[in-house]
Amino acid sequence: MSVVARIGSHLRTSKTVMVSGGTLCAIALIAIVAPWISPNEYLAADFSSILRAPTMSAGHIFGTDDLGRDLFVRTMMGVRVTFVVAIVASVVSLVIGVLYGATAGFVGGRVDGVMMRLVDTLYATPFIFFVILLLVVFERNFLLIFVAIGAINWLDMARIVRGQTLSLREREFVQAAQLIGVSTPRIIFRHIAPNLVGIVIVYVTLTIPQAILIESFLSFLGLGVQEPQTSLGKLVNDGTKQMEGASWILLIPATLLAAILLCFNFLGDGMRDLLDSRRSQ
Amino acid sequence: MLRYTLRRLLGAIPTLFLVIVLAFLLVHAAPGGPFDDERALPAEIEANIAAAYHLDEPLPMQFLRYIGGVVRGNFGPSYSYRDYTVSELIGRSFPVSVQLGALAMLLATVVGVSAGIVAALKNNSPLDKVVMAFAMTGISVPVFVVAPLLVLLFAVKLQWLPASWTGSEGGSRLLLPVLALALPQIAYVARLTRASLIEVLSSDFIRTARAQGLGTLAIVRYHALKPAMLPVLSYMGPAVAAVLTGSVVVEEIFGIPGLGQLFVRASLNRDYTLVLGVVIFYAALIVLLNLLVDLLYGAVDPRIRRR
Repeated sequence: MSVVARIGSHLRTSKTVMVSGGTLCAIALIAIVAPWISPNEYLAADFSSILRAPTMSAGHIFGTDDLGRDLFVRTMMGVRVTFVVAIVASVVSLVIGVLYGATAGFVGGRVDGVMMRLVDTLYATPFIFFVILLLVVFERNFLLIFVAIGAINWLDMARIVRGQTLSLREREFVQAAQLIGVSTPRIIFRHIAPNLVGIVIVYVTLTIPQAILIESFLSFLGLGVQEPQTSLGKLVNDGTKQMEGASWILLIPATLLAAILLCFNFLGDGMRDLLDSRRSQ
Repeated sequence: MLRYTLRRLLGAIPTLFLVIVLAFLLVHAAPGGPFDDERALPAEIEANIAAAYHLDEPLPMQFLRYIGGVVRGNFGPSYSYRDYTVSELIGRSFPVSVQLGALAMLLATVVGVSAGIVAALKNNSPLDKVVMAFAMTGISVPVFVVAPLLVLLFAVKLQWLPASWTGSEGGSRLLLPVLALALPQIAYVARLTRASLIEVLSSDFIRTARAQGLGTLAIVRYHALKPAMLPVLSYMGPAVAAVLTGSVVVEEIFGIPGLGQLFVRASLNRDYTLVLGVVIFYAALIVLLNLLVDLLYGAVDPRIRRR
């Protein structure tokens, strides 16, 4: 690739990152602020204004649902839940994945072989069905959903971190640390982990949409977030039941969910490209 | 090839065993028994029920009994569908899901590979950008959003196709569910095909073929397509898993009496034996299909077998 073309693609990917990241920040900000300043209450049912189509004048800019609840506030509360689930689940998968991958990669040898064999085995198991099983067996609580989603998503992270650690292990500064007698956990935390930050950030951006997808999938099936709480997946499900008469109840959360997922995917892809182009230089 | 096949088969057994153990322990870790929420019964009757379902035995015994049954294809009785065994329920609903899933995979492969080839040959053209934008959207938008939108457009607004399974016959009722199921996979396959074909087309043996005066279509057909299909082939395992998961949603939305709908109903009814049976069945299916993909991969690419 010529220098000009490389700079061009660099700027273009940066633009993707800026636009998708900015859109996500804007959505998050509105979701945080809007329910506070909106005159409509989240749970207030108003039977005199059932299934109102979206209008600016009536004060319901996203319309109302079959109980007369304001859909704008409900959608924003759903966005909040979706973001919180995504972030917590990603942190869970990040912690497990980085620790596991860094340990396997750094210790190496037979330990690495066994640890990665386990990852391969877990990889072949359809976890989503286990999460459903978990939700069937135990009470459906919020925390369980976070942990379950995080517990699925750490496998990719572990693999990537392991690969990166394997190459870091051979570098001079790690060997120097070993030579002067720094302990293994300390090398992993102080010398390996900081060098993993770039690639980890990129892959976290790519696991966030997966976490959102799983949460909304479960909520859509009625196994995730329970009334009176809501999430985008649940709102899409509510909308599906009403779509013949009131299509906006489906269209608004569906579009928002699609937009959020699209932005996260563009953000992750763009950041990966940026990271790759910095490496190749 | 035989040694390779045997090795892969042996590798699948620990995975399957792990799945069964995990699923079994999870269900039995549940507080209370499956009949606890019914009216208070005399102690003798409760003891009789427990004895009839072997719930009075220690857990390891129950597990051995269960796994002995699973090996012979017997998943025990269903708790919510009286007079049916889990195997009967699975046997009745599975063919519907197979029909749906197989058609979706076929559609995804044919359309996805074609779109990927076109995009790769017209690399960086407006057509390529359009195909890739569609692919990104297809990957991002989940099945449970695509399916209701398809229903809204084609069944409610345009009224070209039926919205639900019951009350309609033939191929028309299959069209929307299959499309909803296939769209994300079309997107993945198209992206993979494009990326891999672009890489293959820049390799030396393609330049040689071009120097000999072979046309683009002949190069793709006889030289580039086979090596370019390897990443797509290895994606088929995850694709099957995704289609199976997706069909849970699609069957629920369109009211199709398949395995996915059975699974959701069983989950919401807390029918433990049925959920356990379906999870194990799904897991076994996915593990076996992954195995099949691996074997196919080994058959296509001899380098894999020697490792």
